[in-house]
Amino acid sequence: MALEVLLWCAAALLATGVAAVATARHRAASASVYGIALGATAIAMLAAAGSLLAQHPPAVAHLPLGLPWLGARFRLDALTAFFLLVVNLGGAAASLFALGHGRHEESPARVLPFYPAFLAGMNLVVLADDAFTFLFSWEFMSLTSWALVMAHHRRSGNAAAGYVYLLMASLGTLALLLAFGLLAGPGGGYAFEAMRHAAPSADVAGAVLALALIGAGSKAGLVPLHVWLPLAHPAAPSHVSALMSGVMTKVAVYGFVRIVFDLLGPPAWWWGALVPLLGGVTAVLGVLYALMQHDLKRLLAYHTVENIGIIFIGLGLALAFQANQMQAAAALALTAALFHVFNHSVFKSLLFFGAGAVLNATGERDMERLGGLIHRMPYTAFAFLVGSAAISALPPFNGFVSEWLTFQAILLSPALPQWLLKFLVPAIGALLALSAALAAACFVKAFGVTFLGRPRTPVARDAAETDRWSLAAMFVFAALCLAAGIVPGQFLDALAPVTQALVGAHLPLQEERAWLTIVPIAESRSAYSGLVLFTAIALAAWITTWVIHRWASAATRRSAPWDCGFPDASPITQYTAGSFSQPIRRVFGSVVFRAREEVDMPRPGDARPARFSVRVHDVPWDLFYVPAANAVTFAAERLNKVQFMTIRGYLTLVFGALVVLLAVLAAWQ
Amino acid sequence: MMDRLALDVAHLFAGGLVLVSFMLLYQDRMTGLVNNFALHAVVVSLSVAWQAYIQDAPHLYITAAIALGVKAFVIPLALHRIILRLGIHRTIEPVVGIGLTMLAGIGLVALAIMVMLPITAQAGTLAREDLAFALSVILLGLLMMVSRRNAVSQVIGFMSIENGLILAATGAKGMPLVVEISVAFSILVALIVIGIFLFRIRERFETVDVHALHEHRGEQP
Amino acid sequence: MAIALDAAVQLVQLALVLALAPLLTGLVRRLKAHLLRRQGPPLLQPYRDLLRLLRKEVVLAHSASWLFRVVPYLVFTTTWVAAALVPTFAAGLVFSHAADMIAIVALLGSARFLLALAGLDVGTSFGGIGSSREMMIASLAEPAMLMVVFTLSLLAGSTQLSSIAASMQSPEVGLRVSLALALVGLVMVALAENARIPVDNPATHLELTMVHEAMILEYSGRHLALIEAASYLKLLLYLSVIVCVFFPWGVAVSGQGFAAYLAGVAVYVLKLAAGGFLLAVFETAIAKMRVFRVSEFLGAALMLGFLAALLLFVTQAR
Repeated sequence: MALEVLLWCAAALLATGVAAVATARHRAASASVYGIALGATAIAMLAAAGSLLAQHPPAVAHLPLGLPWLGARFRLDALTAFFLLVVNLGGAAASLFALGHGRHEESPARVLPFYPAFLAGMNLVVLADDAFTFLFSWEFMSLTSWALVMAHHRRSGNAAAGYVYLLMASLGTLALLLAFGLLAGPGGGYAFEAMRHAAPSADVAGAVLALALIGAGSKAGLVPLHVWLPLAHPAAPSHVSALMSGVMTKVAVYGFVRIVFDLLGPPAWWWGALVPLLGGVTAVLGVLYALMQHDLKRLLAYHTVENIGIIFIGLGLALAFQANQMQAAAALALTAALFHVFNHSVFKSLLFFGAGAVLNATGERDMERLGGLIHRMPYTAFAFLVGSAAISALPPFNGFVSEWLTFQAILLSPALPQWLLKFLVPAIGALLALSAALAAACFVKAFGVTFLGRPRTPVARDAAETDRWSLAAMFVFAALCLAAGIVPGQFLDALAPVTQALVGAHLPLQEERAWLTIVPIAESRSAYSGLVLFTAIALAAWITTWVIHRWASAATRRSAPWDCGFPDASPITQYTAGSFSQPIRRVFGSVVFRAREEVDMPRPGDARPARFSVRVHDVPWDLFYVPAANAVTFAAERLNKVQFMTIRGYLTLVFGALVVLLAVLAAWQ
Repeated sequence: MMDRLALDVAHLFAGGLVLVSFMLLYQDRMTGLVNNFALHAVVVSLSVAWQAYIQDAPHLYITAAIALGVKAFVIPLALHRIILRLGIHRTIEPVVGIGLTMLAGIGLVALAIMVMLPITAQAGTLAREDLAFALSVILLGLLMMVSRRNAVSQVIGFMSIENGLILAATGAKGMPLVVEISVAFSILVALIVIGIFLFRIRERFETVDVHALHEHRGEQP
Repeated sequence: MAIALDAAVQLVQLALVLALAPLLTGLVRRLKAHLLRRQGPPLLQPYRDLLRLLRKEVVLAHSASWLFRVVPYLVFTTTWVAAALVPTFAAGLVFSHAADMIAIVALLGSARFLLALAGLDVGTSFGGIGSSREMMIASLAEPAMLMVVFTLSLLAGSTQLSSIAASMQSPEVGLRVSLALALVGLVMVALAENARIPVDNPATHLELTMVHEAMILEYSGRHLALIEAASYLKLLLYLSVIVCVFFPWGVAVSGQGFAAYLAGVAVYVLKLAAGGFLLAVFETAIAKMRVFRVSEFLGAALMLGFLAALLLFVTQAR
């Protein structure tokens, strides 16, 4: 029942996309396309939530599309239902946001047909139950999002971003194709059901893990395959950026979880060393990159890389525990990772909506040309503040709960017997703690430089608040951030059937706990109650305010700032994004990015201005991509000679190929 | 309970020695370095004295006294004199990135533990962890020699290696006194010879930065 | 009945930390002055400072927003709630089932986040200096604190501070190397977080040496009173964590009777006084570091915490 509803929603989205090709220039086209998308995703979200909470057994559907001997299989089980909930929640909010934001779209014909198709593609990837449908939907998702990235292709940098995105997406699909090929084995059973029952050998399983990491990891943004993310995500329109960062990366995580936890069988212990290590490195590198940026959307895109790292740390720990038959601990780690999937999609979308609102109001993405927007756009600023606090893992919001659960999983790790894991896991704990602290610094910078202070340019000074639809989308998600932080028990209970299906255990049920406390392992060990904390803070704040207002002077006066007695009227004396991150760039960036500052100070008497320049090297780009690109160029130039041979040369080639094939055939007999 | 306390105090001294080795890595002023080395020697002598107490081996008290007297008083005083005469007591040494050095130090401690604990699976807990810590101190001393450019700092690193050897030897029961005396004297002789060389180098090249010696090597590729 | 008693203990603790915090700071200031052969301000001067500030008028810059006015209340509240979670004279606090040490670290992180935003709010360069340096210090101090929390939790088998304090009193913990390393790391983090020498000078008014003072430069009147009270509370909190974990003797356990609670309070006040004395001596004996040496100092604290956790990971399987 729910499966049919979901398939019909996907079909409706596809049909809307097709219809929008013809009608995109119509006056009401934008509102109707986004309205239909909102309706379809909302229905799909409710269907998925209902299926997840009611804990139905898995439903399967077999449609006669695609390959004749395979057809198209779709399946709705607990894992699918959870990820569909995440995808469609993000899709609904983005459509709500776009109802207001999309009015300012300058080329609607390039955006409107592809947006519902993108949503449909993501839904179909999660629903797919055989390799062909999965890969077809995956490619469809990539191509529609590429079209959306290229929507403003005349802007500088967007064409290059689309090119890199297409390359990385092709690489990812190739890796996934090979992975499914290995999983199908010589029998060629491409349905997921067949793959579940085939038991690959340890070497093949290891190869599939590596290919899944490359394929799904490149779409999710694992270092060093993350390079397309900060180029492509900012280039797309803001609601699409929110979808790409908040939702499409989660579809990639779904792909990884489906392949490694469901289709692949029991894990080896070294998988639990490789995956968290990659996750930890990704987390720290992602946030360090984010700290170097002054383009607001690019900062948010790099920050997505950090959160994907955190999710993979949880997934890797679950693999390590599962390989050592510690099911309860694996359930905890997996729950932490999946809860972070949900949380990240909520607050990252919220932050991208805020960035989109700012872009709409001022036309600027560069933080160094903004400032003081809290006075001009108070509601957007408030929603962005809630998102920043949530993503910096501050209680009582939801980011803190998933990080807390991940730390609890790390604290269970001394029981792991392998020596390498014993050394690696505390190191990963340190990396996780470091990335959490740096994330807070990053968002103090992002919120502070954009919204606080004094306006640095006239466009910032004259900005106006955005429309109701955008604000509604932002406030819904802000409320959800707070709700998931105060009432996490309900969300954790909803995840229980997912982990039960994947690792064979689940967290103890939280619903009967007093004061909505969550107890992941045992009461004596650790407990957290977001509600008590929130109530305590609210109560203490109320008492403080009452005492202050009763006994303190209420006199307030406005004047120029104190500034140690030298107030400067010009707004360029305040800190910029680059100056805010300078201490951190000097401490961390000089090691990780070989960041070097140079000051060119003129001698006394010389009237020219001083120059300050920072030189930064992108280590993965220089280490992996530049040599790869050079190798490809080199090989291509050599192979170019094939274009200019004589007729005799071409005949020799054909003859040679024929002889080689006959020889292989003879040897194989 | 007494047994448990004895084990814990011995561990504390061994771990304290590793901590002081890290402090040696962190120091970049010459006088601070020499004072830290004196602290290193004090901790090792306390550890040996405690081992003498719990193993009931009185000759180890003499080892502790030698370590205290020679390495905590005589050698640091001599080094202070050398530093003052060389005129480098105010230099701040350009250590190769303190952050990276500390990270490498942690890696070496992890390596020492990873090597020592599985190998000594049959021995008693005290000996196992003491050996792991002793190997860490030795590796950290080597790291200090590798990451420094000043010859005096390299000498101090070399002498801290010897402290690690003493810790290892006293952890395993019963090191004969004569071995300890001979090792101590050989270190003293080495120090005197190195001191003489340092002065010759300083006279000739006006610096004790070993990097500067590199240019006068003679054979060029 | 037992729950009512526990709740009463929790409320008394809330009031006690608030009452004692300015006294602790007054003690430290007076001791530092005596060590420098000055008379120094009276012990109760911080109380008088707070009252004076409450009676004064608030002067707001033209560019200050609503966030600037709300932050002092939130900073004070989160620090106060965090201080209420640390067992001082009695273990087994009611709130300890709601938040553990990681939550305490995160609550202090929220206070710092908001204060850094307030520093950027007015749009002056001093606020920017304070905020950027504070976030750099925090980016190393918070992971170091979390590694110390890991170490303690691995030893005690729990992340709740009451359970950690109770297990530290049991004889089977003993004197472990990891505890010593964790203590050194925690002291270093406490110095950095409370803006004490050698990281920051709480008495300076030279702009380039300020970190904490630079962020709150524009505050006045009741707002400044709340922020000063929050910083007194933070010092008390860190000292309380150190004494409750590493010197846990004398803490009353639930249900021991009124005399035990009184004794607990007396022992706690003595421990605080000792801690204040040691802090005053340490601050007078050491000079302040350059800002970029602070990152090496805190990097060393992070390494110590990591080494302590590593040693525990390797030598136990609990």
